[in-house]
Amino acid sequence: MRGFALIVHRDLRIALRRKGDIVNVLVFFVLVASLFPLGIGPEPNQLRAIAPGVVWVGALLAALLSLPRLFAADFTDGTLEQMLIAPQPLIAVVLAKITAHWLSTGLPLALAAPLIGLQYGLPSEALLVLLASLLLGTPVLSMLGAAGAALTLGARGAGALLGLLLLPLYVPVLVFGAGAVAAAMSGLDPLSYLSLLGALLAVSSLIGPWAACAALRVALD
Amino acid sequence: MLETTALACERGGLRLFSDLGFALDGGGLLRVRGGNGSGKTTLLRTLAGLTRPAAGTVRWKGGAIDDSYRSELLFLGHAPALKDEFTVLENLAFSARLAGRDFSEDVLRKALAQLGIDRLAHLPAGHLSQGQRRRTALARLALPEPAPLWLLDEPLAALDDQAIGSVSALCTAHLAAGGLLVLTSHQDVVVAAPAAQSIDLGG
Repeated sequence: MRGFALIVHRDLRIALRRKGDIVNVLVFFVLVASLFPLGIGPEPNQLRAIAPGVVWVGALLAALLSLPRLFAADFTDGTLEQMLIAPQPLIAVVLAKITAHWLSTGLPLALAAPLIGLQYGLPSEALLVLLASLLLGTPVLSMLGAAGAALTLGARGAGALLGLLLLPLYVPVLVFGAGAVAAAMSGLDPLSYLSLLGALLAVSSLIGPWAACAALRVALD
Repeated sequence: MLETTALACERGGLRLFSDLGFALDGGGLLRVRGGNGSGKTTLLRTLAGLTRPAAGTVRWKGGAIDDSYRSELLFLGHAPALKDEFTVLENLAFSARLAGRDFSEDVLRKALAQLGIDRLAHLPAGHLSQGQRRRTALARLALPEPAPLWLLDEPLAALDDQAIGSVSALCTAHLAAGGLLVLTSHQDVVVAAPAAQSIDLGG
């Protein structure tokens, strides 16, 4: 537990000192989401119809963009080696890094999403569901992403490989996340979609961190 | 305390060494020699539990290496494990905490002073020279109540004479206090040890 708090604290401090990384992710998200109206045209009903998908795809790609950095810096400078031989269990280290990653990318993305939804003219109850779906869905992206980032550690072209590896796994999150918002817009109950996202979070938090641990041990062997 | 029996290591399918056995007790120094690529680093990483041996075992106090072994181990590899965004002091504090040891700023600064980098305490590690980075990593050796087993991989690389002197003195004090030290080095480190052994991996 001490090791967990120590590493969350440290990673957040690093993130705060390299604000550029957080800003990059957010700017990418906003850019992707604002290119669609330019390409499709300013028809409000059409934009409102595609908004849930666009916001979710943007958030997903932005999260993917931030993932290669999750372990890479600690791997190159030797800190990861020290983490592996530290008395703290490796799973605590990995969970801490995932938590810090989510706090510094997933959470800002989730908080920025309603602003983009507003520009697409989403009704207020849909905005709330959009926020809820991202708050449940982005941790899944970080959990599964950690396993992917650990597996591609040290590989050439890790970014592209990571995309190929993770996008299929991200599909259910995208479907249920965008589905929840679309349901809210058409007056249906989004709760079933949100519970499915919750189930995905439960499953991915059981699998992702352990897979990441195993992959890290192999990467540093 | 630290023993290996019939240890063999491979790297990329290539057998580096095999049938390596030694036993190291309190106050014991083991020098690992050998040419480039002879497996010195691999041996140290195997002893640290990072790399799995191809054959043989590493035992600590008669048992297999486990979590309690890790809290009695101080391993310094090639990479100094410093974050460029953090100051020298913050880096030292973090590496000590990661190993489960918490120290006040005074104690940390004293350790930095022993390596001659006290005045750099508040400088971000990104601004340090290669030798200064090395000294920052080595400052862990000067912290009080160090772990009993030190595994140092080329600790003197990029250091000047003054720093080499401080590191030798720290190693000598560690061994005199009953600690164990495994060292790889191309240079001849002057370390007075109650019991010194050396292994030549050839190459």
